[in-house]
Amino acid sequence: MAEKSGAEILVQTLLDLGVDTVFGYPGGAVLPIYDALYNHPKIKHILVRHEQAATHAAEGYARATGKPGVVLVTSGPGATNAVTGITDALMDSIPMVVITGQVATNLIGSDAFQEADTVGITRHCTKHNYLVKKPSELAGVLNEAFHIATQGRPGPVVVDIPKNVQVAEAEFNSHNGKINSRYQPQVDGDFKAINEAAEMIMSAKAPILYTGGGIINSGPKASETLGQLAELMGAPVTSTLMGLGAFPASSDQWLGMLGMHGTYEANMAMNRADLVICLGARFDDRITGRLDAFSPNSKKIHVDIDRSSVNKTVRVDLPVIGDVGRVMEQLLAVLKGRKFNAPDYEEWWSRIKGWRATDCLAFPENKTEIMPQLAIRKLWEATHERHPIITTEVGQHQMWAAQHFDFEKPNKWLTSGGLGTMGYGLPAAIGAQLGDPDALVIDIAGEASIQMNIQELATASQYRLPVKIFIVNNEYMGMVRQWQELTYESRYSNSYSDSLPDFIKLAESYGWTGILIEEPADLEAGIQKMLETEGPVLVDCRVAKLANCFPMIPSGAAHTEMLLTPEDVKGTMDDNAKALV
Amino acid sequence: MHIKEEQVERHVLAVLVDNEAGILARIAGMFTARGYNIESLTVADISADHAISRITIATNGPPHVIEQIIAQLDRLVPVHSVRDLTEAGPHVQRELALVKVAGKGENRIEAMRLADVYRARVVDATTESFVFEITGAPDKIQTFVGLMREVGLVEVGRTGVVAIGRGPDSA
Repeated sequence: MAEKSGAEILVQTLLDLGVDTVFGYPGGAVLPIYDALYNHPKIKHILVRHEQAATHAAEGYARATGKPGVVLVTSGPGATNAVTGITDALMDSIPMVVITGQVATNLIGSDAFQEADTVGITRHCTKHNYLVKKPSELAGVLNEAFHIATQGRPGPVVVDIPKNVQVAEAEFNSHNGKINSRYQPQVDGDFKAINEAAEMIMSAKAPILYTGGGIINSGPKASETLGQLAELMGAPVTSTLMGLGAFPASSDQWLGMLGMHGTYEANMAMNRADLVICLGARFDDRITGRLDAFSPNSKKIHVDIDRSSVNKTVRVDLPVIGDVGRVMEQLLAVLKGRKFNAPDYEEWWSRIKGWRATDCLAFPENKTEIMPQLAIRKLWEATHERHPIITTEVGQHQMWAAQHFDFEKPNKWLTSGGLGTMGYGLPAAIGAQLGDPDALVIDIAGEASIQMNIQELATASQYRLPVKIFIVNNEYMGMVRQWQELTYESRYSNSYSDSLPDFIKLAESYGWTGILIEEPADLEAGIQKMLETEGPVLVDCRVAKLANCFPMIPSGAAHTEMLLTPEDVKGTMDDNAKALV
Repeated sequence: MHIKEEQVERHVLAVLVDNEAGILARIAGMFTARGYNIESLTVADISADHAISRITIATNGPPHVIEQIIAQLDRLVPVHSVRDLTEAGPHVQRELALVKVAGKGENRIEAMRLADVYRARVVDATTESFVFEITGAPDKIQTFVGLMREVGLVEVGRTGVVAIGRGPDSA
């Protein structure tokens, strides 16, 4: 058996695992690995401009392709800069393996240059993490790291490798990632529970399918199975932010997103349903609104691969632990076996139609300023036939995009849901474009968020990635301002985006094309120009500055207490509501 | 505004884990990260090949929190099994304490008398001090230590509780 250095073993194992793209940034403690990469052009290394962006790019790559994203950063600041993206991947269940350099084992604990306790710092923002102390352990650890990152509920795994472990040699035989891991999550649903679920479905009069990111994570087949289940049942379908695209928005059964900025019909249907079937979602606080008023009269089935998601916030009547795609297949088989015929939900649908008539996503017309909602609608009109990949930053623009950009397919909507990380969208778009080079990739951004990872304009330039950025520019951290209007009598404490750059010149300085859209009359032409321009394009779209995102369930309110228009805003809240996130 | 507090109950959990670096930090850190309570935590290697450790955690919380604690422990990769001994039924809980008392005259005699009643063993003695070793359920130790406070308690060390289910089955 041949001896290889730890760095060689690492690179060879990545190749064996089928890794073709690594997002990273070099530094002292990973120099041996970078030197090994020099010999292996099969692994494409994408040099980002900040380690946080490496992690978001890896997330974007993972969400667009379904494959795990891989990150390589140095010790100390390299690792700590990556922490935000690692936490983001944990919250949104994104498969990711982060390789961090570490000071040599004999220096650990000595406050050496660029030393940080990476394993300690990332212990609670990873699904699992490792400090590898011997080169002979490296291949086994990496195989298990990829297994853990991708199996069960996906998540980030950190592998911390001291520099002397990268240099030291060990015996290594190339093999194909077949491992006998201790980590074996349950995939198939319990047969008894599936039968019970079928019975609950068969006796329901007003059921609703509440779907989440778990369906996307389960793979494209799960979205197809959801379509079959929905068709068989004839029931309405709503989704969390993370699950958008799993069910086609063009379907008559689609109610739109639910929750804080969800549609009136989705939230009312959740409130009035007699059976809620939660598929790969986790009853997040953005979904439930006030817990004691959440869907009060329904039986609840919760399908989740992570047992700890069950009964965490909402008590359910029937948990089914397993992969949501697999469980839906099992459920379909049982329902068909029992000759289930969708009962007549006519009364249920007629109530839903009543709620739909509210037309809750309507927004006021404006002749002089571009309404942000209109900008998103027009962007959708101009691009939807190409099934673009949309990434977002975090804030009002994100919610407008979720409300007004309709998705027909999974893996097309990449947004930071759980952690709500500003600065996510541009690096995620870069990662998605690398994973799907022919796709049209657009980062719908806000002028505040985009500045959090603006340096990544250079990364897109370097790798000739034709990503588009569409900045919905209202010169405010709009969601902060909106909450200040709702809660603090419009005392705009630090929510104005002062001293903004000239985004057009900024884009041009990085070799991008910049397009400014100021007038409603120029909106469609500006979007068209963005689509016709080759290479990366940044659009600075100036929108109505004080527009707010409605409908909205304010803090501490129930699904039935949505604010539909600005006229519903009172401007103050009691302390109990103020204390909620 | 006032922050509401819920009724809590005490549970003893037996957790089997891979005996690897950082496992204790992983478990203890999960409790602090999620705001759970640890009353006591003991850990020791229990397998012939030193691969598995048993962690006994005494915790408290409302029932839905206890349920979450178990689920959150169970999803950690190095955790093999989690058993709620309080929920599972009859079980034995034991804790060991070393209790040092110093004094002369009547206090010293009374300390010795009480130790005898509580079946504590003398493991060290000088003319003006004793070290008692006492084993038992946590409330017995609590009571004994309380009594020793009145007769010259100097120092006390407790192991924290270990527990095991009654009957032939394993956790």
